[in-house]
Amino acid sequence: MIFLPPRWNIKRGLNGDFVFKGMTVLFAFSILGILLLMTVAMYRQSLPSLAKTGWSFITAKEWDPVEGNFGALPYIHGSLLSSLLSLALATPLSIATALFITEVTNRRLGSMIAALVELLAAIPSVIYGLWGILVMAPWLQRTVEPFLNDHFGSLPFFSGAPYGVSMLAAVLILMIMIVPIITSITKEVLLAVPDSQREAAIALGATRWEMIRMAVLPYGRSGILGAVILGLGRAIGETMAVTMVIGNTPKISWSLLDPGYTMPSVIANEFAEASSDLHAAALMEIGLILLVITLVINIMARLLLWSVTRTAGGKA
Amino acid sequence: MNAIRKAFITLALFACALSAGTASAETLINGAGATFPYPIYSKWFSEYAKVKPGIKFNYQAIGSGGGIKQITAQTVDFGASDKPLSDAELRAAHGELLHIPTVMGAVVVTYNLAGVGKGLKLTPEVLSAIYLGQITRWNDPRLVRDNRGVRLPNAPIVVVHRTDGSGTTAIFTSYLCSVSAAWKGKVGTGTSVNWPVGLGGKGNEGVSGQIKNTANSIGYVELAYAFENRLPYASLKNKSGHFVEPSIASTSAAAAGAAKHMPADYRILLVDQPGKNAYPIAGFTYLLVYKHPKDAAKGKQLVEFLKWELHKGQKMAPALLYAPLPPNVIKMVERTINSIK
Repeated sequence: MIFLPPRWNIKRGLNGDFVFKGMTVLFAFSILGILLLMTVAMYRQSLPSLAKTGWSFITAKEWDPVEGNFGALPYIHGSLLSSLLSLALATPLSIATALFITEVTNRRLGSMIAALVELLAAIPSVIYGLWGILVMAPWLQRTVEPFLNDHFGSLPFFSGAPYGVSMLAAVLILMIMIVPIITSITKEVLLAVPDSQREAAIALGATRWEMIRMAVLPYGRSGILGAVILGLGRAIGETMAVTMVIGNTPKISWSLLDPGYTMPSVIANEFAEASSDLHAAALMEIGLILLVITLVINIMARLLLWSVTRTAGGKA
Repeated sequence: MNAIRKAFITLALFACALSAGTASAETLINGAGATFPYPIYSKWFSEYAKVKPGIKFNYQAIGSGGGIKQITAQTVDFGASDKPLSDAELRAAHGELLHIPTVMGAVVVTYNLAGVGKGLKLTPEVLSAIYLGQITRWNDPRLVRDNRGVRLPNAPIVVVHRTDGSGTTAIFTSYLCSVSAAWKGKVGTGTSVNWPVGLGGKGNEGVSGQIKNTANSIGYVELAYAFENRLPYASLKNKSGHFVEPSIASTSAAAAGAAKHMPADYRILLVDQPGKNAYPIAGFTYLLVYKHPKDAAKGKQLVEFLKWELHKGQKMAPALLYAPLPPNVIKMVERTINSIK
């Protein structure tokens, strides 16, 4: 403000509301604008690859920068499998943790645990990655994976040699990384449930579990789903930690013990030294696909939420 | 109003300070490119600043690909690359672009075998078969034959490779191409390739970490990285039929062996070169300079630096685990530097 002479100040009587509204509209739409510009830029950068491979880019399994053959299916498979599995493991864990903090324990212990969970969310992903490759992967290789292979090796999900770095390692590290996010948002959502809901349920003779199931969770449903979607967003876009533990092998396998590869990882690994313009364009197209997949998942989640609230008869 | 005046004065002073800084006759030479030679280049630049205080270098280690792009677009005074440029890349440049070899590096095959120290003997046929997935067990008769007296386990070989695009991978795969027709036909060479088998680690540290953690694994890393981290390394059978340990001397020997058939533009990969002591997986790293630099004054300064680097600078290379150029190659490069106008 020092640099503004007094006459530049907004005069009394000039419509402050109008200026405020204009600013918020501008900022809100600038986010849309950035998204749009990014999409256009990525589309234009990926044109050489789009022109050469077309739709078969998504279904082809071979990635050969030397020959100039690019197929993204192993990366799409790896990204979806790792993030959905980690989400399936993290969601119950996070909701249970949030319920413990808000419904089960007392204020002091609850806020202590909440603070610790939020601390986990602040750790940079490269630290998780280093821990993953130095501590978790050797442990998986020596203990967990041989056990799984010995006892469940007949299932396709646990077949193959234990390398340590594997899809399983990526799933576990992603789970650890998204639990704090889902937990802390779910906790806020549950805290926002009015006590009158709980009191009403208890007055009707509900046990604590029945109260949570019938009064608390349905009330916070949309917020919890939002938390889960945010967790998925982080899991699908996570690059560093996953790259360090997944083994970076573009092969499609349903075994959790086999190494895999994800979309962000291949971009991070190969973009700096892409050997040809086509190679760079193919990597850009993977980025475009990642954007589309994230968008589709978000839309599906909205639709799911919408149908759930409708069948339940409006906001419970 | 007082505050505004103050701000203006500060600004004016700041502007004066800026113009004074640029006016003190300092020549800034910009370069960009390979990350591999970055430690030795920064050493050279800082040592050279003591010899010629007026010259300042600004080198950005953005990768060989980026260095080639920037020198082609003439946004820098010199580029740097770990691989020689292709004919198409040379044609895209504005005028004649020269390769100036500076130092050499080598790629080392490392492994994790309980009870086996350094010096596992590998022939080109065995190494390429391992990376093609044709030799899958350590007690394969072809491995046992070359390593009498070494207890090789009856266990599968875990193959590890670099997953990030890198010059190390380019040199390693071009070696496999030159010794194995099957590799050349099936995989080829490049900064990233479609590996038939194996796990991918990110960077030298990712590959060596994977190998340390995995029993019965094999992989490849830069010579300097292997030495600094005391990794066990294999002796490779070279073109003359000798098993050679990787070292700074044996890497220099690879260039000395190549000198007889060295092309005038140095666009040669130092893999599988003749010579009794030549280590077979080595490579030059180059500075890329225009024969007729856009800025003649800067070009002159750059030539002087190159001459200094070629004589005084080479002596600093071994301490940083780079192999210096052999004398016969230094003579050739000197002629090339003198041709810069």
